[in-house]
Amino acid sequence: MNRFEYARSGSVHDALRAIRQVPVMVDALGPEPLGTDPPMKFIAGGTNLLDLVKENVMHPRLLVDINGLPLDRIQPTAEGGLLLGALARNADTAYHPLVQERYPLLSAAILAGASPQLRNMATNGGNLLQRTRCYYFYDAGVPCNKRQPGSGCPARGGLNRIHAVLGASPQCIATHPSDMCVALAALEAVVLVSGPQGDRRIDFADFHRLPGDRPDIDTTLAADELITGIALPPEGFARHSAYLKLRDRQSYAFALVSVAAALEIDEASGEIREARVALGGVAHKPWRDREAERSLIGRRPVPAAFEAMAAMVLADAQGYGHNDFKIPMAHRAIVRTLERACGVEVA
Amino acid sequence: MSASWQESVFARLNEQPATPVSPSAPVPGSGRVDGVYVTSQPQSTVAIGSPISRVDGRAKVMGQARYVAEHTAPDICYGVVVCSTIARGRITAIDSSAAMRVPGVLAVMTHENRPRMRSMRIFHKDMDAPGGKPFRPLHDDRVYCSGQPVALVIAETFEQARYASSLVRVHYAVEDHDTDLMANFKRAHTPKGIKAGFSPPPKARGDADAAFAAAPVQIDAQYHAGVEHHNPLEMHATVTIRGEDGHLTVYDKTQSSENSAFVIRHALGLSSNEVTVRNAFIGGAFGSGLRPQYQTLMSVMGAQLVKRSLKVALTRQQMFSIGHRPETWQRVRLGADTDGTLRALVHEAVAETSRIEDYVEVTVNWSSQLYACDNVRHGYKLVDLDQYTPLDMRAPGAAHGVHAIEVAMDELSYALKMDPLALRLKNYAERDLNSDKPFSSKELRACYAQGAALFGWEKRPLAPRSMREGREWVGWGMATGIWDAMQAYAKVRAVLRADGSLTVSTATSDIGTGTYTAMTLIAATSLGLPLEAVTFELGDSTLPTAPLEGGSCTVASVGSAVDVVCEKLKRRLLKIAKGMNGSPFEKATLSRVAFVDGELRYRTASGETHAVGLGELIRAAGLDRIEEKHLLLPNVLKQRKYVRATHSAVFAEVKVDEDFGTVRVTRVVSAVAAGRIISAKTARSQITGAVVWGISQALHEDTKIDHALGRFMNHNLSEYHIAVNADIHAIDVLFVEEDDRVVSRLGAKGVGEIGIVGVAAAVCNAIYHATGTRVRSTPITPDKVMRWGH
Repeated sequence: MNRFEYARSGSVHDALRAIRQVPVMVDALGPEPLGTDPPMKFIAGGTNLLDLVKENVMHPRLLVDINGLPLDRIQPTAEGGLLLGALARNADTAYHPLVQERYPLLSAAILAGASPQLRNMATNGGNLLQRTRCYYFYDAGVPCNKRQPGSGCPARGGLNRIHAVLGASPQCIATHPSDMCVALAALEAVVLVSGPQGDRRIDFADFHRLPGDRPDIDTTLAADELITGIALPPEGFARHSAYLKLRDRQSYAFALVSVAAALEIDEASGEIREARVALGGVAHKPWRDREAERSLIGRRPVPAAFEAMAAMVLADAQGYGHNDFKIPMAHRAIVRTLERACGVEVA
Repeated sequence: MSASWQESVFARLNEQPATPVSPSAPVPGSGRVDGVYVTSQPQSTVAIGSPISRVDGRAKVMGQARYVAEHTAPDICYGVVVCSTIARGRITAIDSSAAMRVPGVLAVMTHENRPRMRSMRIFHKDMDAPGGKPFRPLHDDRVYCSGQPVALVIAETFEQARYASSLVRVHYAVEDHDTDLMANFKRAHTPKGIKAGFSPPPKARGDADAAFAAAPVQIDAQYHAGVEHHNPLEMHATVTIRGEDGHLTVYDKTQSSENSAFVIRHALGLSSNEVTVRNAFIGGAFGSGLRPQYQTLMSVMGAQLVKRSLKVALTRQQMFSIGHRPETWQRVRLGADTDGTLRALVHEAVAETSRIEDYVEVTVNWSSQLYACDNVRHGYKLVDLDQYTPLDMRAPGAAHGVHAIEVAMDELSYALKMDPLALRLKNYAERDLNSDKPFSSKELRACYAQGAALFGWEKRPLAPRSMREGREWVGWGMATGIWDAMQAYAKVRAVLRADGSLTVSTATSDIGTGTYTAMTLIAATSLGLPLEAVTFELGDSTLPTAPLEGGSCTVASVGSAVDVVCEKLKRRLLKIAKGMNGSPFEKATLSRVAFVDGELRYRTASGETHAVGLGELIRAAGLDRIEEKHLLLPNVLKQRKYVRATHSAVFAEVKVDEDFGTVRVTRVVSAVAAGRIISAKTARSQITGAVVWGISQALHEDTKIDHALGRFMNHNLSEYHIAVNADIHAIDVLFVEEDDRVVSRLGAKGVGEIGIVGVAAAVCNAIYHATGTRVRSTPITPDKVMRWGH
C-alpha cells in the first residue's frame, strides 16, 4: 500500500478544511507514478476505496476520515420528503421504516446490491462515488483511459460483456456499478453538498457524468466538496414501483442490467400520470430517457405501451460484441419491471 | 508384577459380556436430525462408517489450527511478488531503485541477484510434473506468460513490501504472444512425456467413422469449456523459518510436504537434513497444491538472500497467476440404432498447455469406459500457448470429458425420443471395453435406480418445454459420473503408549477433505480406542512417506496402511497377553479376541470372558510404549486384473426465466458408489461441496482472457464468479452399498473427485429440458440461455 497521511474530522467544517491541506509528508520518492485521481480523499465505509488503493488503482496521499461527522441520520424534510444522511449505512437505510414504507423502490435497490457485510459498512454518500468494475480499470498492469487518461481502452475491442450499451464514448465504455443510484435516479433525489464556497444541491441526473473525453471524471462533485446528504422528494411511488436486477449469480454480483421503475396511475381513469424508468448496468451513469418516459403518460399500463417505451429507450443502444445481449435483455427487463410496478405481470 | 497385574485384570472379569466388534454396525445414538448430524454417543464406540464430526473441527473454529501464513518467527520479514504485465518476451532491465529507497525494504530479489539455483530442469521436476521443462521462478530473463513472477520485494513489514512492490519498474523486450486456443487448432500436437495418473486414450476399436456414417441416428456436437482457477479459501503462501543451526523449516501450502521438500532440495541443492516442510492445515486446495507453486522456491531463496525468516503470501489476484483447469474444446460423434444401441463413438479433445510443459489429463477415455460400443475412436491433443502450465483441478479431465459425453448422450436421447436414463441403461458397460477387463465393482445401476427414485424421475415428461411455473421454465436433467479408484503406496508408524494413547503418523495431508478424521476413525475402530485417545499426525516431510493427497486415493492408500499397522499392534498386544505367566489368553487367537473400549477381550470356549487394558499390557511387558511401522504397497497382481472406478448418477432440477435466461438449480440428487464409506459425515461433505462446485462450474466459473493482452482479466472474486449461498438450494447425497476389497482392504474407494463429475452435465441437460435451448459451452450464463437476435 502506498504511504498516506490520515486525518480524522469531527465536523463538516473541519473535514472541508482538512481536505484542502496539502500532504506535508516529505516524499523522497518523487511524484506518484500512476493515475490522476485527486491526492486527497474523504473516507467513510471504505468498501471500494481501500480495494482500489490495495490494487494500485488509486493513490491517495491524504485520507480524511469522516466517520465521526454527524451525518448519519435519516429524517423527514420540511418539504415532506426524507433526508438520508451521507454517513447512514446502506443497511440502516434499506431497513429504515420510513424508507421501507414510503420508498420501497430504494429499499429494494439497496438490498439487491453487494452483500450484507458490505451494506453494513458502506455509506450512502460513498455509494454514489463507487468506481466502475471494468476489469481493465481494476488492473494497474494494463491500459485504461479512466485510470490513466490517454493510455487507451482495451475493453472496446476486448472483454466487454459487462460494459455499456448506452452513452459510451470512444474513450470509455465502463458502467456505473451502483444499484442504489438507479433507484435514486428514478426517484429524482437531490445530492446535498458542502464545499469551500458553501452548500449546493445537485439534481441526481446531473451528479454522475457520461465519459465523453474525460472518463477519469465520474461525477460533477469537486475534489474539495463533501456529500452531506441525499434528499428524497415527497413522492416515493410506493404504490407502483419495482426494482429488477439481472446478474450472473443470485447475489454478490454487479448488474448485467437493472431497472428501477416507478409509476403514478390515476385510479379513476387507470391511466399513467407519471413514469420514471432508470437503468443500471448499461451506461456510465444511471440511465434515464425522459422522452421515452413521457410516451407512457396518458397510456393505460398495458404490455404494448411498455414494449414501445423500451424500444425508445434502447433506440440508440450500441453493443461491442460480448455485451450485445444487454440490449434485448434491457428491453425485456424494462417491460417486466413496468409490469411488476403496476401489478400486471402475468405468467 | 504379574500377580498384581493378574489381580487388577481378572478382578473385573465376567461382569459383562464382551461386545463383538461389528465394523459396519451403526453407532447407537447418532443420526440425522433436520439435516444436522448429531453425535450423542460416547465416542468410544465408533465404527467404520460412523458419522463423526471432524476431529480437528474444534481447533479450526477456535483459531488454533494454524494455516501457512499464520506461522511466524522472531526474525520474520515479508515478501511480495511482482508479476509480469507482458505475456511473452525478455526482461531487459529491472529498476529497483525507488523500491529500495522505501524505509524497511531489505531486498528486491530478481533473476539477477537471487541465490544460487540449479539450472537443469530435471532438478525442478516435482512428483506431479507433466512432460516438458518445469518453470523455474526467477531463474532467468525469460517471460513465458502474463502474471509470471519477476521479482520479490522483501521488507520488514508486509505493508512496506507491498508499497515498494508497486515501485519496481520492469522493462521488457516484448515478443508476439498467442493465448487463443480456438485460433490455433492447426498447431495441435500429440502430448509428449508422462504424468502421474495419466493414461493416453485407448486404441481405436472397430471402425468408428464408418459405423457413424451408417448409423440411422447421429449426434455430432462440439463443446467448449473456458479456463477455471482453483481459488481455495486460503491463498498460496510459504513461510521459511531459519533455525539457529541453519535448518530451514518451511510451512507450505501444498498437498504433499514431501513433494515441496523434494523440489526445494533438488532445485536449490540442499541436503535432506537441511529442509523440513510442514503443512498440518490446508485451507482448501482442489489440486492447486499438487505441485509446489512459485512462491515456495521464492520464499526459500528470499530467506537465503536476506538471511532472515521470510513469509511470502500470494494475493487473491495472484491466485490467477498459477495453474488452472485448461480451456478445452471437444467434439463428440455418436451413432445409434433406433432402439438406442450405440454403434459408433468418436470423442476428440483439444486443450491448452504452456510453451514449456505438456500438461495432460484423462479427458476422452471415460466415454468408452462408461458405454458399451464396438466402434470407438478417440483423439486428444494439446496446443501450446503463452500461458502458465495448467494444473490438476478436482476430477481433472473427467470434469470436462464426462461433461461432453453426458451432454451428447442427452442430445442423443432427444433424437431417439427416449428417456435419457433408459438410453444409459441400454448401453450400460458390464465390463470395461477399453481394457477388456471386468470392473472390481460397479454399482452404477444402483446409483441410477436409487437416485432416480429419490428425485422422482419417473414423473418426468419426455419433451422439453413441458413444465412451467410462473415466468419460469422447469426442467429435469441427469448425467453419469465416473472416476478412478486408485491405491498408492503409503507408510505409517503407530505408537501405543502405556497410558492407552495411540499416535499414528504419516506424511499425508488434509486439504480440508477430512483425512485427520477418517484416519483417526480407522485407527480407533481397529484398536477399540475412544477417538480422544487417538492422535493422527500428518503434514510433515520427516514423517513416514505417503502419496500426494490427490486423485481420491488417500483413504484407500493411507487408510489401508493405518489399518494394517493397527493390526500389527494388535498382534503384538495379543502376543504380550499370551506370554504372561498364567495368562487366560494363552489359547486366544487374533480372530477370537476383540479390542473394545481400550481393552483386549477374549471369551474362552467355556464362555468366560477375560479382559485387559491395552496400557496395562504394555506395562506388563515392561515397556512404556510399543511401536509398529508398515509400508503398504498395492497388490498389483490382483488389482491389474480389474478396472477400478467409482461411479455416480446426478439428477438436477432447474428453473429458467423465460425472458432473461437466468438459471436457478433448485434441486440436485447425487447417488454415489464409492466402495465402503469410512467417515460418513466428511464423505457426505465431500460430495455436497463437489455438487456446489459442479453448479458453479455449470453456471458461473470462467477466467476470461484478453487475447490482445494475453492476460486473465477478471482476476478477483468479485468478477470471477463462484456460486454463492443464494445460488444453492436442495442437495441430497446418497451412497449406495458397495464394498471393494480389490481396491483396498477396507473396501473403500475414494470420494474426493467423483462428486463433481457429471454435475454440470446434469444442469446443462436440465436447462435443455426446461427451455429447449442446448448450450454447448460452460459456464452457461444468461446471455447463452435467453433467446435473442442470433
